[in-house]
Amino acid sequence: MNGFGRNFVLGVSSSIAVLVVLAIVLTTFERPPVESVQRGFRGTGMELVYNPRTVAADLAAVRLPEVLDPADNDGPRASEIYENVKVLGNLSNAQFLRLMQAMTEWVSPEGSVENGGCNYCHNPENLAADDRYTKVVARRMLQMVHEINGKWQTHVGETGVTCYTCHRGQPVPAAVWSTTPAQGRSTGLLESSTGQNLAAPSVGLTSLPYDAFTPFLLQDHEIRVITRPDAPAVNRSSIKQTEWTYGLMVHFSEALGVNCTYCHNSRAFFDWDESSPPRATAWHGIRMLRDVNGNYIEPLRNVMPPERHGPLGDALKANCATCHRGAFKPLYGAPLLRDYPELREVRENAAQ
Amino acid sequence: MAMLSYERKYRVRGGTLLGGDLFDFWVGPFYVGFFGVTTIFFSALGTALIVYGAALQGTFNIWLINIPPPDLRYGLGFAPLKAGGLWQAITVCAIGAFCSWALRQAEIARKLAMGYHIPVAFSVAILAYITLVVVRPVLMGGWGHGFPYGIWSHLDWVSNVGYQYLHFHYNPAHMLAVTFFFTTTFALSLHASLVLAALNPKKGEPVKTAEHENTFYRDIIGYSIGTLGIHRLGLFLALSAGFWSAVCIVISGPFWTRGWPEWWGWWLRLPIWS
Repeated sequence: MNGFGRNFVLGVSSSIAVLVVLAIVLTTFERPPVESVQRGFRGTGMELVYNPRTVAADLAAVRLPEVLDPADNDGPRASEIYENVKVLGNLSNAQFLRLMQAMTEWVSPEGSVENGGCNYCHNPENLAADDRYTKVVARRMLQMVHEINGKWQTHVGETGVTCYTCHRGQPVPAAVWSTTPAQGRSTGLLESSTGQNLAAPSVGLTSLPYDAFTPFLLQDHEIRVITRPDAPAVNRSSIKQTEWTYGLMVHFSEALGVNCTYCHNSRAFFDWDESSPPRATAWHGIRMLRDVNGNYIEPLRNVMPPERHGPLGDALKANCATCHRGAFKPLYGAPLLRDYPELREVRENAAQ
Repeated sequence: MAMLSYERKYRVRGGTLLGGDLFDFWVGPFYVGFFGVTTIFFSALGTALIVYGAALQGTFNIWLINIPPPDLRYGLGFAPLKAGGLWQAITVCAIGAFCSWALRQAEIARKLAMGYHIPVAFSVAILAYITLVVVRPVLMGGWGHGFPYGIWSHLDWVSNVGYQYLHFHYNPAHMLAVTFFFTTTFALSLHASLVLAALNPKKGEPVKTAEHENTFYRDIIGYSIGTLGIHRLGLFLALSAGFWSAVCIVISGPFWTRGWPEWWGWWLRLPIWS
């Protein structure tokens, strides 16, 4: 090739390269102004950083259900009026019907959900019958909501939860998880990917293990891997275990739309004295999810049909994203429970 | 102070950028110049302010002294002296001292009829510093985004700012910067071992020349960049490391607010396979 031809080829190929790089740079980043929230002493870098345009869009996307008119507490109890009312029997008729109507709007609204409306759970021939699995699940979920609002106020506070906190007008909440099939250490002579290296959305597109939920949010494996300064010789945690913990923590961040410094001062992740108050809320949240997944959702696997199972036949379970959906408080702290005192009237340990 | 035998030829008059003949003199072996005076001024004032800050803080433990930037609520305005104003004043002093030093280097380069390689190279380091404490804070709307002046405190800041983006190793510019830093040290170690080997032959053998050095690398990797080329390469690698460091921090916040791993979503979403 002569000199002119070589220069021409070089020029064209470098122009293409520059254009490709320029396209990536211009289309993949965000831009100022950004908003930041200081969460620690100045200069410590304890700070949340937000793109205000993204936040505005997320806020605009929040749809709160219409609050039904309050119902009075007079007259005979639901258990006296209807058959087979096991957990809402001490509500008045008006309260009972109000809650039924609200639950329909929260979980299986007519029109937007296939077979939506009352009959999503009830057999229209006999509303009292338990022959639809959805009714059995709904009853157990009412007990779960009661458990969360009562026992887990350490996590949900006075805000509390209703069905809508997770369901948002859908029979299955948008963000659920199931256990991923286990992988052995090796395939033939090669090491397997051991449940990581997938750029999975569940861990914010990192290479970290993508099912950190089974060990930490269903089972109660130890999350802490860091060596305590007061016991430097007794830490048997491996780098691999650390990656599982890191995967779980990235899920927390993605689910709440916050970064690591929302809870931790990274100079000493383990140290409660240097952590932010939300870390305590999160600690209770982890225990709450183990309760919710282990005692309420997973036992329903045999009640639910196969299309409601994960690949291993387990139930579709909850993690932080199920309620939070990218917000530091679900629905940015909208007090849904306040308007539904009926949900506090679920009878504890009622027979199923 | 006695002058060294070869020193006289470096004492060249003129070439100053500011001040004419006024500061064109030497103190002992050190050229002063207008920018030498401003360097001394800013360094002394800045150091005194740090000592004052340490006194206010109540420690003179060198590891623990901490001059933190203002709270974010002061935005880009002035903060009270004891609530970040010291940091602002010390930042002005630091930039004044660093820039004075670069300009003094430029004056010396002019006196000796050299290229401006040294002041240009030092300016890249200044650029990285100014990016950290001026450009990024301005883009994010608050001096509070600057890093604190303290040996341990600035490390805590680095750690937390890294974790603001969940996993900083996924920052593309950080990847480039780290690669350039490692390559710089790698090239320096290759170069240093080659030079030391050539200059320290076996007893009784003459010192080896550049031709030996070239031959050694042509033998092992099929190419020798040469005695001048290795210094150009070293400069390029070192300046690239500093430059991409500045880029990697200025894009964190102003141009990306989420976890860095998520930025790579564009790759996963390419229409080729998605």
